[in-house]
Amino acid sequence: MRVLDLPTTLDFHAFDRLAADLDEVSGERVLLDARHLRWIDPVGMLALLGAGRVAGERSGAPTLLRSPESTEVSGYLARMGFFEEAARFMEVDETRRRRSGSSDVLLEVTPISENHDVHAVVERVQERAGTILTRALNYPASAVIQFSVILSEVCQNILEHAEAPGWVAAQSYNWSRRLGRNVLVLAVGDLGRGFRGSLSDEHSGRYGDRWSDTTALEAAFIHGLTRFADQGRGQGIQQIRKQVRRWDGLISVRSGTARIADVPDWEDLPPMEQKLAPFPGAWITILLPERVEGDDR
Amino acid sequence: MKRERELQLDAFAVDVRDLLDRSVANLYSHLVTRPTGRAVRLAIETQLRELELPALSLVDLSSVSILDYSCADEVVAKLLLGRTTEGRAASLFYVFRGLREHHREPILEVLDRHGLATVARGEAGTRYELLGVHSRAEAEVWSIVEEAGTLPARELPDRFGTEEARRIARGLAARGLLFRHPLKGDLHALSTLVPDDR
Repeated sequence: MRVLDLPTTLDFHAFDRLAADLDEVSGERVLLDARHLRWIDPVGMLALLGAGRVAGERSGAPTLLRSPESTEVSGYLARMGFFEEAARFMEVDETRRRRSGSSDVLLEVTPISENHDVHAVVERVQERAGTILTRALNYPASAVIQFSVILSEVCQNILEHAEAPGWVAAQSYNWSRRLGRNVLVLAVGDLGRGFRGSLSDEHSGRYGDRWSDTTALEAAFIHGLTRFADQGRGQGIQQIRKQVRRWDGLISVRSGTARIADVPDWEDLPPMEQKLAPFPGAWITILLPERVEGDDR
Repeated sequence: MKRERELQLDAFAVDVRDLLDRSVANLYSHLVTRPTGRAVRLAIETQLRELELPALSLVDLSSVSILDYSCADEVVAKLLLGRTTEGRAASLFYVFRGLREHHREPILEVLDRHGLATVARGEAGTRYELLGVHSRAEAEVWSIVEEAGTLPARELPDRFGTEEARRIARGLAARGLLFRHPLKGDLHALSTLVPDDR
């Protein structure tokens, strides 16, 4: 049994540590110890699900999850539907698995495995997204449509490229200390073949020895390449980037051992990171900050 | 199905929301995901195959609230591309109507990506416009015909003083952006062929 102690904060910035810890595990059954967790966002939730599933597949035994001691954090995870999803492939000691009245949740942890799931997600967020985008983020009322299009396109990325199921989740937070604004966090992740695997057959040849997770991410993220010959493909991620830039947001994609990002001024993440700990699939994070007076967006 | 008998042109109105309900699933109220767009496009194409050519399809988007890029690629771009792949380019025409402001960006994006143009109109009462990839000269020639409604063949040399302008008009007709009467040679704005609309 290998115990992985989770940090007190599990968010976008903690993803790499979780991946690195998991990379050191070789075949033993894993216990994910979340007792000391004090803060978790949708990126952390999906990372935890991914880590649990990967560890379970590698060891052949379901990963154990020791839930947070903080009743506030556990309650929040329950409302976000995290335990309900985790219990599908992990042994979870938390009994409050079911979602209860989740009026404060934008989008619970939702599995995406078929076209219908994308429709369901878009339908589900309409009312809540409208409220959060206009009241918490000060976006115009029309933003709910653009947000829904982003949501649809990122979820379709799972279906079209991963060839494996994935998850999506979203929530808004008050980043009072870090940014002094409300921020919407949208996370999408899967344990599929990643960008390198998806593009390899069609595009690796022209890159030769340079073909890697990094060049695959550049090809998709910057140049809009896909594995499909169809000229109409590959525009989804380009349009998502365009809209996120308009909202002064951040979008990053982590796949394999690399991460690429469009980074706004308020975040100091590098635009490209290489030689990260390997993690299967593709993990998209979108952060949308509150619009404040003086913004010309 | 409505017919403009004088022109022998079938005009067929397609309410995308109606097709979405009937072709995909009545649970879906938004035009999102590529499979959904593909199903709607195939339903439109199937209905069009039953029409005598030439035919005009009015694709009504007024009840579509959310249109994503993947669906726009299928329901707009692939539909227009199908004109040429099915070998019916000279006799199959599309007009998109009921465009709302938030439809505009995905539609313009997919038209641009494929080098396509189309005729479209927003809410009822607004003007028809040429959307997508076109030159300034093409826009000018298209606008002359749109303003006139119909230009008889005998007037074309006067209205288009140069061979270049006449060549552009023929090109617009070949791209399905104007209708050139196969026997008379008259040029018609597509808006004049839309029943009860002008």
